[in-house]
Amino acid sequence: MTRAFGAPIRRNEDARLLTGGARFVDDVHLPGMLHAAFLRSEYAHGRIVRIDPAAARERPDVVAVFTAADLGDYWRPGPLLVPPPPIEGLTFHEATQVPLAKEKVRHVGEPLAMVVATSRYAAEDALSTIELEVDPLEPVVDLEAALRPEAPLIHEAIGTNAAAHVRQRKGDWEAAKATAHRVIRRRFRYDRGASASIEGRAVVASWDSGSRDLTIWDTTQAPIPIRNGLAGMLGLLESQVRVIAPFIGGGFGPKIMMFYPEEVVVPWAAMRLGRPIKWTEDRQESFYATTQERGQIHDAELAVDADGRILGVRDVFLHDSGAYDTYGLTVPINSQCTLLGCYRVPAYDSEFTAVFTNKTLVTPVRGAGRQHGVFVMERLLDLAARELGMDRVEIRRRNLLEPDEFPHNHEIIFQDSAPLTYDSGNYLPALEEAVRRIGYDHFLAEEQPRLAAEGRRAGLGIVTYVEGTGIGPYEGARVTVEPSGQVRLATGVGTQGQGHFTSFAQIVADVLGVAVDAVHVTTGDTQAFHWGTGTFASRGAVVAGSACHAAATAVRDKALTHAAAALGVPHDGLELADGAVRVAAEPGRAIGLGELARRANPLRGAVRPGTEPGLEATAYFGPDRGSTASGVHAMIVEVDPETAMVAIRKYVVVHDCGRVINPLIVEGQIQGGVAHGIGNAFYEQLVFDDGGQLQNASFMDYLLPTADDVPAVEIAHIETPSPLNPLGVKGVGEAGCIPTGAAFAQAVEDALRDDGVEILEIPLSPSRLFDLLHAARGSG
Amino acid sequence: MSAPVEVSVTVNGIPWARTVEPRLLLSDFLRHELSLTGTHVGCEHGVCGACTVLVDGEAVRSCLLFAVQADGHVVTTVEGLAPAPGTLHPLQEAFREAHGLQCGFCTPGILMTLIPFLAEHPRPTDADIRAALSGHLCRCTGYRHIVDAVRLAAERQAAT
Repeated sequence: MTRAFGAPIRRNEDARLLTGGARFVDDVHLPGMLHAAFLRSEYAHGRIVRIDPAAARERPDVVAVFTAADLGDYWRPGPLLVPPPPIEGLTFHEATQVPLAKEKVRHVGEPLAMVVATSRYAAEDALSTIELEVDPLEPVVDLEAALRPEAPLIHEAIGTNAAAHVRQRKGDWEAAKATAHRVIRRRFRYDRGASASIEGRAVVASWDSGSRDLTIWDTTQAPIPIRNGLAGMLGLLESQVRVIAPFIGGGFGPKIMMFYPEEVVVPWAAMRLGRPIKWTEDRQESFYATTQERGQIHDAELAVDADGRILGVRDVFLHDSGAYDTYGLTVPINSQCTLLGCYRVPAYDSEFTAVFTNKTLVTPVRGAGRQHGVFVMERLLDLAARELGMDRVEIRRRNLLEPDEFPHNHEIIFQDSAPLTYDSGNYLPALEEAVRRIGYDHFLAEEQPRLAAEGRRAGLGIVTYVEGTGIGPYEGARVTVEPSGQVRLATGVGTQGQGHFTSFAQIVADVLGVAVDAVHVTTGDTQAFHWGTGTFASRGAVVAGSACHAAATAVRDKALTHAAAALGVPHDGLELADGAVRVAAEPGRAIGLGELARRANPLRGAVRPGTEPGLEATAYFGPDRGSTASGVHAMIVEVDPETAMVAIRKYVVVHDCGRVINPLIVEGQIQGGVAHGIGNAFYEQLVFDDGGQLQNASFMDYLLPTADDVPAVEIAHIETPSPLNPLGVKGVGEAGCIPTGAAFAQAVEDALRDDGVEILEIPLSPSRLFDLLHAARGSG
Repeated sequence: MSAPVEVSVTVNGIPWARTVEPRLLLSDFLRHELSLTGTHVGCEHGVCGACTVLVDGEAVRSCLLFAVQADGHVVTTVEGLAPAPGTLHPLQEAFREAHGLQCGFCTPGILMTLIPFLAEHPRPTDADIRAALSGHLCRCTGYRHIVDAVRLAAERQAAT
């Protein structure tokens, strides 16, 4: 039987998705269901003077209206989802979001009241009849202005808009700087974007007063923590609450908040009213109220010797937390750690200040701050290469970690609270493969000059990156062989399109010797499995996948034990294949897994003490620390010198995520990530005005890349197994988007090298690039 | 609020009559009145294309139409593509083979745009395919495998 692991298996879930049969949260319809809509703040910063829902309550279709005052003791700020890691000298001020704003509003879109009515239309109608009086306060929008002494305070009790300060150091930066041949110093900016999953958020809650069970369908990436948290808040046993994250229309990070206000208020109201309630976000709400990507400003320095070897890096940056810092410091710590990249950096001194602003909350979005670190480091290397008159690939070659330097401890703390230690890697072959595939030498020697002679501006970008993936704490899985011989697999992580129904099935299918489509996967239903944390940080395949492997292995052992007794052959004379356990030397002698499952669950007779019934096992996996994936992106662009429009002519990714479970799925993840990265680099930017008002809160104004903008990416795999899990896998979910901005900046700069444009910011846009081009021409 | 209105519409070959608010969107009518939840709603302002259905054979955005505008017309949704339960339309089959979907939320709308597209462009170039897809937003796939799927479906269609 051929192995499923590593094969481009068609996905088990696709038939349901392609025929319209897959259930998403907004597809849930329950008898007697009511619909919720939220009144949201139109001010970025203000004091609530009065909120009066009396007129709304009078409306015939309205069943209830709730404000913060109506929530009573249930009103409380949300939990701190990710406490800061143990870093010496760290300061952190906690300010978490609230279910409905009370006293103050702190960003546009913050919910103030919930209307429950007989239809979504009626609920939305009623919003405008709620009387609301808000005294506007001066909004805090700009990161640097937020820290000035005269800045208004967003959280008065904290007494500063600085949410946190973290400094991490290794080696001696001052000494490195003193001995450097050159020190490159620049200011870099990376602005906000939206996750923009095509499905918005949604919550349906239903309280069954007979069974005293609360069922919640939620577009969350983390159903188990949501269940446990809600049970605690609502005074229910965890077993009374079932959270189902069914098919989810894209996650990309923001669907893992805990809690969004709507997740807190809708279940509470469903219990109070004794009727099911549905809330579905519209696109405009999504722009204001779904958490966003991160703005950062870096002042960074790179010290190099005359040969281009890195002596040290100093980086001081500001990170925009938005109005609350519920997700702790995950994003800026990712930036801080990922800056070190694939390189040997003897001295590093990095400090950041996280800043409260009157903007939507910032939590991880695909890449989760890693792209900022990569952008800063790769740009510094480009600038250093230019100053030294050195080839930009060569400066990277000279600084890459070598295979014998792994595991490599960078001596600073990563987001998972463990020391930033790379498990394995083989960086130079990936770089050389990308150089070859993009045609680096040919492009620079022939293609670029030829195009230049025609008046065309073409440029090449080539950058490296690492992606910290597969972090703990743990996930679990339960594998059950049914008497039919079909296999059930349940795990706690939610799924948002990553193909878990297939990749997890592949892992189990190989261990049990069954077909991939005989493994039926349930993810994201706390009734099916209630231990685990969620889908984030590119950890599904690594952590949950390893748990699937462990559970399947335990089932395999049980099957062998039962089969050995039934066939009178020792374990080592047996093998699992084609849905049966058979005698290796005599394949005609076999007993089906279904039959073994039946025998393992007898209706009468005696079993030996200690015997567990059924062919079933549950297992868990928790890695010591994350595994580090890596790769190289290279692209060729052409810039129209008149319009500053950029077309991507070629895009190559050489990628190492350890062992590949399903190349089809991995390539889809990378291609999709690159599209997200291209959006980030050139199309997408959340533009806030000085009043904290988002100026482009629709898909007409906020541009996602389309099929016309994203090229087919040429993808090559290098497999350096991770020693940290039995499968040897590393995560891949964010790889496509992490270095895209850095590669794009280098390529555009290369194309415009005659004009001397320096790209120190992402996102660009045609108009921003036009301005930069004209500024450079004007000054040159 | 205006008085409710009668809507008679044939959806996937089945005639329906309902009395609805005149402002009810066709997308909400299909999803919540007829329980045809395969048509998805991504932006409700006509950009993302997830809600695309066929009205009298033409691809339209059901979030930009009122249900009452479909009165007397023939609507096809993604549920109406496969020839029989448990089977796939050749276009759906091609999407499965070429990994043309990830989360699958935008997919039904894309399929509905491609049905008339492939009828009108039996031998599309990649540029044709990309132009046809450019009215749809997909956040997961980066489009490449969708283009592959459409090319595959077109090749098979041409071979039969």
